[in-house]
Amino acid sequence: MSDFILGPFWNFAVIVFTAGVVGRIAMILMCGLSKDLAAARGSSVTGAVGTVARRFFPRKETVKSNRFHIIAGYMFHIGLLALLFFAAPHVQFLKNHLLGFGWPAMPHWAFILSAEIAFAGLILLWLRRVMHPVTRLLTRLDDHLAAWLTFFAMVTGCLALFESFAGLRVLHILGVELLMIYFPFSNLMHAFTFFLSRGTTGARAGRHGVKA
Amino acid sequence: MSSTTTYEPELDFEKGADVLKRQIDWRVASYFSSCVHCGLCAEACQFYVETGDPRYTPIYKLEPLKKVWRQEYTFFGKMAKALGITKPLSEKDFVDWEDLVYDSCTLCARCSMVCPVGNDIAYMIRKEREGFSAAGFAPDELKGATKRAVETGSPMGVTWKALSAQIKHIERETGLPVPVDVKGAEYLGLLSSLEIMGFPEYISSLTRILHQAGVSWTLSSETFEATNSGIQIGDSKVAAELVERVLKVATDLEVSNIISPECGHAYTAIRWESANLIGKPIPFRVVHIVELLDELKRNGRISTTGKTDVKLTFHDPCNLVRKGGVVEEPRRLLNSVASDFVEMKQHGVMNWCCGGGGGVSANDRASGLRLAAFNIKKRQLDELGVNTLVTACANCRNILEEGIEHNEMDVEVVGLTELIAEYLDPPEAGESDSTS
Repeated sequence: MSDFILGPFWNFAVIVFTAGVVGRIAMILMCGLSKDLAAARGSSVTGAVGTVARRFFPRKETVKSNRFHIIAGYMFHIGLLALLFFAAPHVQFLKNHLLGFGWPAMPHWAFILSAEIAFAGLILLWLRRVMHPVTRLLTRLDDHLAAWLTFFAMVTGCLALFESFAGLRVLHILGVELLMIYFPFSNLMHAFTFFLSRGTTGARAGRHGVKA
Repeated sequence: MSSTTTYEPELDFEKGADVLKRQIDWRVASYFSSCVHCGLCAEACQFYVETGDPRYTPIYKLEPLKKVWRQEYTFFGKMAKALGITKPLSEKDFVDWEDLVYDSCTLCARCSMVCPVGNDIAYMIRKEREGFSAAGFAPDELKGATKRAVETGSPMGVTWKALSAQIKHIERETGLPVPVDVKGAEYLGLLSSLEIMGFPEYISSLTRILHQAGVSWTLSSETFEATNSGIQIGDSKVAAELVERVLKVATDLEVSNIISPECGHAYTAIRWESANLIGKPIPFRVVHIVELLDELKRNGRISTTGKTDVKLTFHDPCNLVRKGGVVEEPRRLLNSVASDFVEMKQHGVMNWCCGGGGGVSANDRASGLRLAAFNIKKRQLDELGVNTLVTACANCRNILEEGIEHNEMDVEVVGLTELIAEYLDPPEAGESDSTS
């Protein structure tokens, strides 16, 4: 079973993920977009770049009312990115199987801290999702599946780190594979499409002379 | 204004569904693909903030459009539709969402400024209205306004005769001619019906200011209306027709510039949407009156004397700040005639809407919601303790006055053009007429 998970199923997951992400972005772009014919008041390029960068941070006017979500969101995303790119096994994996080069991994204590922050963020976001009337109304099964699959991949990843049981590593890889297969069909795609959505809003706003 | 074009909206679900499907462009597709249902847009919407009703969450107002996107443009959506797991778009969706699309959204775009993934929600609501309007699901008052705009040129049915009477009165009051149908003038002035009937002081102020500046300008007796009901209701065909009328008289009168009046959505219509509606760039420069006044002031073509020491604040029309980037111009003008201009906490691109934009002001059934939404503005004014509120949009002014009256507040609403005209340098004796 583990040979299947580490071999053909891994290859299948990579193909679905890659083709799915590329296909999904292609489908978005193929929807077409009319050119804005109004005389510009500013630069669309500056607007696009500015909005992509600025939306990493909340507007100060909205911080007070959204602070729970903002803090939990930062915790989850920063923690997850730290784990994804700086956990020692991941750095090793990227070096050996994908990039051919590596970078210094974070120490064990930093891994634990990042994992705790990411877990706390993910759980808080999910709790808000099921408790807040607005998110309860908006939430679909897709949102839960994305959260649970991410949670499963993270839990098994943490367990695998201790390497007390070889099967845990296989379980982690299975979790990642399921996440990768589900990714292109879900709103996890925001990890790629946020460049498009922020960029297109910023470009239009930039043309209008608005700092969006 | 007589027209052979007609507007007779009928209930037609198939047409509405088809139009809605055609609204999906890659901006919309990228927005729905990016949305993680975080709900942060809710706190940016005054209708949600003031009622606490989650249905007023901006992104939720887009469920019908999202349903179309999901079922036509996504793998699982298509599959679920084919297997009958999800229900296709139905007339019930139009019935259930009509109030959310028209009553609880002013197209103010405040939500578009806060979305973490950058979704321009107002852009999508504008598109969604195209489908609702085509299906015949829109407030009766908006349908009526659109019909009047198409048939008479004015959403309020204001005729040239009515404007002509106002002009005569203004000429008597100012002692200045109001130029009409002057071929070869530099600027074509447009008005809103609300200004003609409710705030004619705008026209007299404009006349006095442009006279002092030596600006060659004219009104058109054929088309004088700047507002565009087609944009509010979401009917691009009507919107294009109304825009083309303006462009026709601008061409006939051989002007090179068009002045949008103190009206937010009229500015969006003629400045930003006109070229896209007719499918080609327009050969005229379009400026909002506030932009023109600021330009003339900075170029030394208009000069003012003195300042009011009354504590006052400025209400930013949403269309100016969030759709046109006109943020600093009104402030420079205000500071030139007011010594105690104070800002509301949330102003500029993050201002709170008056509550009546996007056709909500014309929608009777939305009046309760509109007044609830005004509470934000009330709190902002109470915090500052001002008795004078300046704005640059006749519709905002009307709605603000309604809210002030309803709440029995002691606040006067003044148009910015009117305020500038009040402090104009007095005309010199024997000054020659340069406006006609």
